[in-house]
Amino acid sequence: MEKTKTINFMAKSSRHRRVEQGVIAVLIACSTLAIFTTIGIIASLIFEAIQFFKFIPITDFLFGLNWSPQTAIREDQIGSGGSFGVLPLITGTFLISAVAMALATPLGLFSAIYLAEYAGPKVRAYIKPLLEILAGIPTVVYGFFAALVIAPFIRMTGSEIGLEVASESALAAGIAMGVMITPLISSLSDDVINSVPQALRDASLGLGATHAETVAKVVLPAALPGIAGSLLLATSRAIGETMIVVMAAGLAAQLTLNPLQAVTTITVQIVTLLTGDQEFDSAKTLSAFALGLMLFLVTLCLNAIAHQIVRHYREQYD
Amino acid sequence: MSKIVESLPNIPEVLPLDPAPQADPAVRVKPLITARNVNVFYGQKQALQNISLEVPANQVTALIGPSGCGKTTFLRCINRMNDLIDICRVEGSIEIGGQDIYHKDVDVVTLRAQVGMVFQKPNPFPKSIFENVAYGPRIHGLAASKAELQDIVEASLEKAGLLAEVHDRMNAPGTSLSGGQQQRLCIARTIAVEPKIILMDEPCSALDPIATARIEELIDELRENYTIIIVTHSMQQAARVSQRTAFFHMGELVEEGATEQIFTAPRDERTQSYITGRIG
Amino acid sequence: MTDDFTIIPTPHTRRRHKSELRFQWYGKAAIIAALGFLVLMIGSIGYKGVGVIYQTKIELDIQLNADAFDPAQLRKADFSGLVKTALRARFPDVKNRRQKRRLYGLVSSDAGFELRKMVEGNPNLIGSTIKIQLTASDDIDTFIKGKIDKNLPESDRRVKDVEINWIEKLQADNSVVQVFNTAFFTSGDSREPELAGILSALVGSFFTLLVCFLLSFPIGVLAAIYLEEFAPKNRWSDLIEININNLAAVPSIVFGLLGLTIFLNTFGLPRSSPLVGGMVLALMTIPTIIIASRASLRAVPPSIREAALSIGATRVQTTFHHVAPLALPGMLTGSIVGMAQALGETAPLIMIGMVAFIVDVPASILEPATALPVQIFLWADSPERAFVERTSAAIIVLLGFLVVMNLGAILLRKKFEQRF
Repeated sequence: MEKTKTINFMAKSSRHRRVEQGVIAVLIACSTLAIFTTIGIIASLIFEAIQFFKFIPITDFLFGLNWSPQTAIREDQIGSGGSFGVLPLITGTFLISAVAMALATPLGLFSAIYLAEYAGPKVRAYIKPLLEILAGIPTVVYGFFAALVIAPFIRMTGSEIGLEVASESALAAGIAMGVMITPLISSLSDDVINSVPQALRDASLGLGATHAETVAKVVLPAALPGIAGSLLLATSRAIGETMIVVMAAGLAAQLTLNPLQAVTTITVQIVTLLTGDQEFDSAKTLSAFALGLMLFLVTLCLNAIAHQIVRHYREQYD
Repeated sequence: MSKIVESLPNIPEVLPLDPAPQADPAVRVKPLITARNVNVFYGQKQALQNISLEVPANQVTALIGPSGCGKTTFLRCINRMNDLIDICRVEGSIEIGGQDIYHKDVDVVTLRAQVGMVFQKPNPFPKSIFENVAYGPRIHGLAASKAELQDIVEASLEKAGLLAEVHDRMNAPGTSLSGGQQQRLCIARTIAVEPKIILMDEPCSALDPIATARIEELIDELRENYTIIIVTHSMQQAARVSQRTAFFHMGELVEEGATEQIFTAPRDERTQSYITGRIG
Repeated sequence: MTDDFTIIPTPHTRRRHKSELRFQWYGKAAIIAALGFLVLMIGSIGYKGVGVIYQTKIELDIQLNADAFDPAQLRKADFSGLVKTALRARFPDVKNRRQKRRLYGLVSSDAGFELRKMVEGNPNLIGSTIKIQLTASDDIDTFIKGKIDKNLPESDRRVKDVEINWIEKLQADNSVVQVFNTAFFTSGDSREPELAGILSALVGSFFTLLVCFLLSFPIGVLAAIYLEEFAPKNRWSDLIEININNLAAVPSIVFGLLGLTIFLNTFGLPRSSPLVGGMVLALMTIPTIIIASRASLRAVPPSIREAALSIGATRVQTTFHHVAPLALPGMLTGSIVGMAQALGETAPLIMIGMVAFIVDVPASILEPATALPVQIFLWADSPERAFVERTSAAIIVLLGFLVVMNLGAILLRKKFEQRF
């Protein structure tokens, strides 16, 4: 071969190119896993839920007032079919989430306001990670603490002031859950408050408003969409939370809005229905998937709305 | 437009209250604002050096100079907006109406209610036009009734020359107005609190020439009732709207005097260089 | 004009300043409340769990009569009978059956096994009288640790007067000792609190996390590389992005349902196994890893890419030779944080049956196992008082691992913090 210096702009060997294409194909495959996971979730939930609705009409499920999924042990037993009215579960989930939000909203918001508006950089550097520890603690720990400490405490306090408190009250589970979601609200709201332009604060302070007036009347209204987004995300978290309620809330479905009574939630029922023996041809086992589908759809909607709001808000000030 | 004030040639550090044989009564009144030896530090860096300046009432005083010269810093000292910056330290004294505003008993909220500020970029609150103007009177409890508040808002918008343009859409968001209208809304918002002094930090820098002309006209009208200090980048603007001008350079007050004198017969070389475009 | 310039606040302004202070105070109070709850929770669990370090043992003299043993079949001997005899010998005045049963209940039901281990270890002991420390039963252990109030009426407490009497006698002879609780760290679950340990759950968690990491790290990192370095900005990549964000917020129990129907029922993978647990947790962790890895890739300055491309590297070469290595510490940090989250997950593992009663330490990822948080859940559900201590101790261990992992992530980030 004689050595000539040539300039060649032609592509490298086809083997080389095939390797590159192969690598990219693998990368694409990995990135689509997220889509397949979503499809898998939806498909499996819908498939099993359809099986369930063959046993129980969907209207009975959605509008029934009674939930007691025990299938008969003997054929002649009364109520052998079990009742699958989801409303008591929805009210129970709502009740506990409402207690949690009632606690977490002021705690999270005021923490965020303090961190974003008042705390110096040093205080902030210590307090923020400390608050985030609350979000890193496994929920099973909150559940244990709620059942062991909070619930008996509420019961004792209740009986001292003459109130009837169930030992697995919605209040106890709600309080633990509220503390768990507080850092979620505080860190998201903190970001949102920080992104309110300084010019608005200057305008208000320049008019002689106090800092608190500026925060309450200018900064918070401006940050409201973002804060609403963070509250929605926190609500979705509360609705989908499982371990706290499994350990600290009740099992029996009750249609009540009294936080001192024991209620059960969608997630508690899913766990109860699917631990122990499962028969994938019984309404009892399949009902868990109908509940799961419902849970998935509700949290999906809440998240989608929340993300939309937050994104819209970010664009406004970026 | 601008009132011509005679200058005192050959006397360094001209003070407007010098009992010199001046004809113009505006100059002879006691100054409303007196700054003495003001030094400002951002951390270790000194931003202002020994500024002493007197500002007469009911006139427009322009602060000019190249960017970074400290004119905005000085402006923000007058209503203590610099307090918001943690690392900022102010030395010396600034007296308004004979009272030291850096005295420890001074209430900044009360101070700022009387020393209003208009910012570089129009910054209306994300609220309605009405709410933007009503905000100040509300927090200061200036209106006893809704009707009174309505009157204050309308009067302020009128003074800011905006009422005619917005009277039929008071509930539209303030941010829906054009840039020039937004800035006039901000001026109306400031006036609504009834300040004595209005500080303006390059109020026209974000506006087109027509909107700028409108604001400049407004500034001249406002002079009757308010003492105005305006920071501006534009020497033409300083010449058009102000009676007195102070030239800042590198954190120092180089020269101060009647606008006419500064622009026609500057005493300092640096002022000369700046107005002729050699520095800045 | 000058004279009415005032800087003294009016009463109205004073009221405004007061509400300013109140407002600041709300913020402080909220933070104090949240952190106070944290301290209270960790503190009370720590207080309840710290006692697990020690275990109560009762020292007994046991006569190993040679005629009780068949030398060929040592195992068959009635070891618990020997323990019972020794207890009766220690307290000869106990006569009636109910009292005797109480007496035998001083030591754990496992006491005979402990004796057997000792004799099997040294058959020469047969024929002599030996001193042996036997594990006390859970109630006695709890009592010795001072967690049962002696002043309660007898009917309200698990440890009766007669038992207290015996213990006091034993204590007087220095026969009640507290030793380091090795059983808690070296054995699996048990129905008896004094015998229950966390080893099988720890190993189960380890296997589960191992599977989770081996799946989620490569997939997450590669997906992030594609999305950040190669993906065209079109609807398809938007869809992937939306999917990732949504998956990050799907309740964990839903992932459990997915694992149950797809991995167990459709693919027929072994129920309760760390393999399936790790797969489910991987699906949950991948979004976290993708989000962290993308951020870390984004932090690599374009100049590095341009430099590589300008000397003729392909995009794949540029990415894998230059960009990804620089982003690796950030990716690892994100993955450790993701693993820490996975370690605390409970609900999805319950769904796929990792909630079984596991005594033996699992030997592979295909055997039934449980995980530490699930063990906590199981123990928390048990009625025995002594399980409160075990549960709390297991929580301390779990939190300890989380602290170590998160600290590791922080240190890693500090060490490799790139300043481009």
